[in-house]
Amino acid sequence: MHFAFTEEQLRFRDSVRGVLERTCAPAAVRQVWDQEHAHDPGRWRALAELGLLGLLVPEGAGGLGLDEIAAILPLEETGRAALPEAVVDTALIAVPLLAAVTERALADPWLERIAAGESVVAVGFPPNPWVSHADVADLLLLADGDAIHAVPRAHVRLERLPHLDGAQRLFRVAWTPADRTRLAAGAQARRLRAAAIDRGTLGTAAQLLGVAARLIEEAVRYARQRQQFGRAIGSFQAVKHMLANAQVRLEFARPVVYRAAYAAAREAANRGRDASHAKIAAADAAAFAARTALQVHGAIGYTWEVDLHMWMKRAWALETAWGTSSWHRARVAAAVLQSESREEAS
Amino acid sequence: MDLTFTPAQEAFRAEVRAWLDAHVPRTPLPSMDTAEGFRRHCEWERTLHDGGWAMVSWPVEYGGRGCNLIEWLIFEEEYWAAEAPGRVNQNGIFLLGPTLMEFGTPEQKARYLPKMARGEEVWAQGWSEPNAGSDMAAIRTSARLDGDHYVLNGQKTWCSRAAFADWIFCLVRTDPTSERHKGLSFILMPLDTPGVRVRPIPQLDGETGFAEVFFDDARVPRANRLGEEHQGWKIAMATAGFERGLMLRSPARFQATARRLRRLWEARGAGADPALRDLVVRAWMDAEAYSLATYATASRLLAGGAIGAEASLGKIFWSEMDVRMHETALALLGSDAGLLPAAAPPEAAGWLDGFLFSLAGPIYAGTNEIQRNVIAERVLGLPRD
Ligand SMILES: Cc1cc2nc3c(=O)[nH]c(=O)nc-3n(C[C@H](O)[C@H](O)[C@H](O)COP(=O)(O)OP(=O)(O)OC[C@H]3O[C@@H](n4cnc5c(N)ncnc54)[C@H](O)[C@@H]3O)c2cc1C
Repeated sequence: MHFAFTEEQLRFRDSVRGVLERTCAPAAVRQVWDQEHAHDPGRWRALAELGLLGLLVPEGAGGLGLDEIAAILPLEETGRAALPEAVVDTALIAVPLLAAVTERALADPWLERIAAGESVVAVGFPPNPWVSHADVADLLLLADGDAIHAVPRAHVRLERLPHLDGAQRLFRVAWTPADRTRLAAGAQARRLRAAAIDRGTLGTAAQLLGVAARLIEEAVRYARQRQQFGRAIGSFQAVKHMLANAQVRLEFARPVVYRAAYAAAREAANRGRDASHAKIAAADAAAFAARTALQVHGAIGYTWEVDLHMWMKRAWALETAWGTSSWHRARVAAAVLQSESREEAS
Repeated sequence: MDLTFTPAQEAFRAEVRAWLDAHVPRTPLPSMDTAEGFRRHCEWERTLHDGGWAMVSWPVEYGGRGCNLIEWLIFEEEYWAAEAPGRVNQNGIFLLGPTLMEFGTPEQKARYLPKMARGEEVWAQGWSEPNAGSDMAAIRTSARLDGDHYVLNGQKTWCSRAAFADWIFCLVRTDPTSERHKGLSFILMPLDTPGVRVRPIPQLDGETGFAEVFFDDARVPRANRLGEEHQGWKIAMATAGFERGLMLRSPARFQATARRLRRLWEARGAGADPALRDLVVRAWMDAEAYSLATYATASRLLAGGAIGAEASLGKIFWSEMDVRMHETALALLGSDAGLLPAAAPPEAAGWLDGFLFSLAGPIYAGTNEIQRNVIAERVLGLPRD
């Protein structure tokens, strides 16, 4: 039993943070709001060069051959930076799915392209009602009944659904299943889809942690600098206690998310339950941090000009991505209330 | 990262479980805050000690097993799962014990720790005073040096277990000209010393869980001072660190409560109400989160890290969780919730007392408001007010 990250994993997190500070500053995120696509090829390549996109890609296909434990802190950083790109769909969901299908000739070239930063893959499985980043995806993984299809973008019609978070690109996708796009069917497809949902849940939870952390950081920074009644508002106890409460929620969501990453990496029997728990905790921490950060900012926080709203809106957007908290609570309830065994720590 | 237990850890768990299966009293002991219950709980401490389980994380020479923190957490999981009795000497074993190991002389360790581990000497904590609660630096109880003795005058209050305990560890002012955090010392005092008077105070449940302690020219040998003279604040802060940190409330306690809550939910046939279902599930999730956070802290400490102001995060989390879980239990019990044991249905056992005690959690060991100040200033870096 050793619940900690390695020095190497922490260093990797730091380099991802460094690259995102350079390529995904708030001004860059703001720019995405006004552009057609939420995708910057230069930034995408920078993430690929770091190894982030190919983190789960086998070494033989140009990736790092690592696992979800290694991915979780970097994904948290993508939330902290409010990264607009489809990193969870592509690197955390599509990669292991493509690596697991039997159609090697179909899947292998995609793995190499993903690791190289040349491709984006969008995933459209329930419980998500729409497909994110379908406009820039080279390949869409879509569900038809039990089957999973890998569909090139040219074969789908998209209808964009504008969203409160201006960096979201959500689409209703119309397409016709065909034999040649079928990637998996039957029991295998069901297994792959279940794993995809767990991974989407996990990745979103990690991003929510980063969003929550950033919201608290922004509010603390503002509270130290904004003066009222002749002193910094951060010296008022009412402000301190709000922020302390937000920090408590964040710090007790973190280990839950990290444990879910471990469960995914080890393919533990509880990985679905743990992913759902992680997302509930992280979404709660992020929603609470959003409200707190806004309150600490006062009216300036209620404006379009100040960057704060980009993280607030990301918190709300991610709360409903890959299953709402209510959907996940039902999953945890089913697992916890039915199991008769004594739960252990792992 | 490896969240599995080693074969040695699993073997340790099995050994703990087997011993507890054979020794935990079949029927719950009477409240430790009654004379009879206190005696029975002391006997249980003796049984634990004779089995070698009194304080598994202590060195063998003081009655422990030399276990590391992970093994201690495993022990706690089994202990609470077995619904074994509460630890009557927790002020001793969880607070003073670790403090003695860090600051005590070899003579003091040899004198106090083994008897503490055997439950032969039960300790009370004497820090709070009528006018020094959250503001502990306002302590006024004085200790004047007179030859080889300190002479104590003043009053302590809210001292848990003091109604029946043998000893008390106090924070007192040894330098009469000093103010605030300076000039305090940490004194170990037998409660049967002439000039010491204990007045029990009934708590919310009617039992005498704490007491006031009056000192009227009470003499104690100088050798009973722990650490340097006038350095008591620093030592007390270390003790408070143990209290807030891992020791006082191990996660297993709350995981056990969450499991009991699920059983209560089943017993009450409350499945139809999704709001109650969510609260029962939330209890499980919160207890799980606290356990995971504790394993992360233990891993960090084992790797040479330290626990600092972030212990305040844990104190808020567990105390609020505990209140919420007990509120959920009362909601499941409906109108039976307020019935005293004589009239309550069997599944209500323990919940009402547990609820009352959970309400003290946000108050003792530093109120949650004080913890929020600590988090804001020392974790988040906000300015002092
Ligand atoms: C069950 C129980 C057992 C206890 N056992 C012991 C024991 O064994 N030994 C011992 O020494 N003490 C013990 N205590 C006492 C405990 O440590 C004190 O109650 C605690 O430190 C608070 O002090 P107080 O009760 O005087 O409250 P006060 O300090 O008067 O606080 C009253 C309220 O004001 C708030 N407040 C005070 N100062 C501030 C501030 N700066 N900022 C914001 N809010 C503030 C508090 O949070 C609280 O809500 C026990 C208490 C309880 C309830």
